[in-house]
Amino acid sequence: MYPEYMKPSLDKVAQTRAKRFELAKSGKPVFPPMTAEEREKVLQDFHPDYKPDARRQVRVGPNKGELLTAEVADLLESHSRIDPQKFDLSQPDFETDILIIGGGGGGCAAAIEAMRNGAKSIISTKLRIGDANSMMSQGGMQAADMPQDSPTRHYLDAIGGGHFDNKPELVRALTEDGPKIVKWLEDLGVVWDKLPDGTMQVLHGGGTSRKRMHSCRDYTGAIIMRTLMDEVRNHPEMVEILEFMPTVELIIDDQGRCAGGILYNMETEEYFSVKAKATIIATGGFGRLHIRGFDTTNHYGATGDGLVMAYRAGANLLYMDSVQYHPTGAVYPEQIAGFLITEKIRGAGGQPVNKDGELFVFPREPRDVEAAAIIRECNGRKNGITIQSGRVGIWLDSPLIEMLQGEGYINHQFPAMFRQFNRYGIDITKEPMLIFPTLHYQNGGIEINEKAETTIPGLYVAGEASGGVHGRNRLMGNSVLDYNVFGRRAGRNAAEYVKKVKLGKLTLEHVAKYEQELKEAGIKADRIAPVLLPLYTPEEVRKRQLTAHYEGTLR
Amino acid sequence: MKQELGPTGSSHQNKKKTKKKSEEATNNLVTVYIMGKAHKVPAGSTIMGAIEYAGYQIKRGAGCREGFCGACATVYRMPGDFKIYTGLACTTLVQEGMWLAQLPAIPARKAIYDLEKLQPTVETFQLLYPEIFRCVACATCTKACPQDLEVMDYIQAAKQGDIEKVMDLSFDCLCCGLCAIRCPAEIVQFNVGLLARRLYGRYLNKKSQHLEKRIKEIKEHKYDQEYEKLMKMNREELTKLYYERDME
Repeated sequence: MYPEYMKPSLDKVAQTRAKRFELAKSGKPVFPPMTAEEREKVLQDFHPDYKPDARRQVRVGPNKGELLTAEVADLLESHSRIDPQKFDLSQPDFETDILIIGGGGGGCAAAIEAMRNGAKSIISTKLRIGDANSMMSQGGMQAADMPQDSPTRHYLDAIGGGHFDNKPELVRALTEDGPKIVKWLEDLGVVWDKLPDGTMQVLHGGGTSRKRMHSCRDYTGAIIMRTLMDEVRNHPEMVEILEFMPTVELIIDDQGRCAGGILYNMETEEYFSVKAKATIIATGGFGRLHIRGFDTTNHYGATGDGLVMAYRAGANLLYMDSVQYHPTGAVYPEQIAGFLITEKIRGAGGQPVNKDGELFVFPREPRDVEAAAIIRECNGRKNGITIQSGRVGIWLDSPLIEMLQGEGYINHQFPAMFRQFNRYGIDITKEPMLIFPTLHYQNGGIEINEKAETTIPGLYVAGEASGGVHGRNRLMGNSVLDYNVFGRRAGRNAAEYVKKVKLGKLTLEHVAKYEQELKEAGIKADRIAPVLLPLYTPEEVRKRQLTAHYEGTLR
Repeated sequence: MKQELGPTGSSHQNKKKTKKKSEEATNNLVTVYIMGKAHKVPAGSTIMGAIEYAGYQIKRGAGCREGFCGACATVYRMPGDFKIYTGLACTTLVQEGMWLAQLPAIPARKAIYDLEKLQPTVETFQLLYPEIFRCVACATCTKACPQDLEVMDYIQAAKQGDIEKVMDLSFDCLCCGLCAIRCPAEIVQFNVGLLARRLYGRYLNKKSQHLEKRIKEIKEHKYDQEYEKLMKMNREELTKLYYERDME
């Protein structure tokens, strides 16, 4: 239930709804889309990435001297969790063809494709398999399979959305594989939304010029992720799953090839070594680093672990100066602050409106532009609604969807969103949602080529952990596609690679070398990475955690 | 509920304002018993927020934190009430006197199968999950479901081989396992739903002709030339093309 003080603004939204409904029905854009210059200006003035203190120079490693998101630079300038000298790698605890780091969508897609190409794998995952951002995507997956669409048009939309910084060969791989991925997932049992005659039910997303968003109601990620996990679990002879055992460092052989990793059992606090002929990083993004103090849509383990491991081993990072804020995160009620409100709401006709119920932006600009326009409306033009705790937001008018698409549409197509708000007495078929941008996605990552290879032989990266696919701004529905396309490519290419490779002596010398580099750069920080989990313990509790010396497992 | 926001505890407006426990003293607090230990936590917290507020670092029992992954299955009782309640820690709010424990994992059997060798018929359920025929229709599963799904109804539908109905009724299942842990017939409902959805997607959902056609076109290199042209374009040419493209 919305508090009384919001009522005048809610009334205004209701008053302008009929007019906005007519506008939407006309088929013309409900608000003029921005020109290239207007986009640039709103980004410069209001996108959080453009704040003067948002970026700083990283002082060590392959990207040394480059301006990166400040929190990312901190992460990279951290110490290892381990002392490399304490590890005897001559007797590895596990041996396999491929070590897959991360049990989300990319990791599972890679495991399936690797096994279909004859390679065994171990999935090392920090939480449970499937505890990943992949599970949480709601709105859909882009793929150009409709007659009025084409893969090259998808290419143009994606590269324009990414401000033309995307690596062309990666965008081609993404868009050209798209239709094949839809089919691959359907053959695995994913239930796509379709019309009765079998035509895919597709919608627009921000920055798309054709309707190509494929969905499974608003549990798209959950349906895909559970299908992939289930398939992985159907093959225990080929894929071993190690849960609550994240990888914390890579192992490199004496020829400079990636040769597995060091795993940490978070429950017993033991470390284990895995010797693998190839390694795939599919660790996802960094939302739980809470860049600039933002709330996040991300799952509990999204702490950018793959970035720092690969960086220490010498892999180049791409576009780690760019953060995606999803335009529509929940503001009220506070219990769900920062939670994702799917872009599919706008795809289905939902409109962002200010405190007076007026449109102020085309509802489907690319995400960074849309987010910046919402911040401008709240902080620049002061047209937001301020709630008691001080948070500000604007309305996302969902009742319009029922008017445009017919009664019952929200209940059938947005069961997750409906539930999320209904728990707090807000019926989104009748009342709008209060929203503000929320930390959502790591646009950049470890640089790969179209085979998902890095510059380190035997090291592959797939999904959000990789960089280059989306340039400096990902479009909706391209991340679900990304982890499938590059997860599969990584799995297949790694499976081919392991047939030929003969590993030399395993080492952790790069970890010691990196530590030396930190020292020489005069970096004295006591940060340790991978971070593994965010710390949400209140200050008062931490003040009492006074154990002077840690011994055994009792802290 | 600042502890839900992360270590900075700051709002998205970037005002650093880490809320301390002492500040909460003026706010409304309730007493909850986390695994038997009493803690005062802010009223209006989610169970997950309350556990973290009390000082626990969650390892098992948190995943997406938004009601999609099912990692945070929780059971609780209320004072003066004989009933056992179930919920997700991330979406259930605390109440005065609540006695709660999270389930760190759910022991559950999953059938191993080759989807390509299955038929979308009742025989598949008889073969892989025969225990569903032990269902006594008590609806304990339905009562336990934090998503308010008609769990018992979809188990009944599975017994009749109505795969479309199982798919539809189980679509929003989070596999949290609360149904399975409460079931007196020891059925693993959520895995039955998952199997049915995969059978439906693979065998019963109507095929898309346009998809097959597009895959064939790509295989026959229909778009190669256009791709090569686009990939060679400089930023200016691409920008022009992009802003001039038409919209559906």
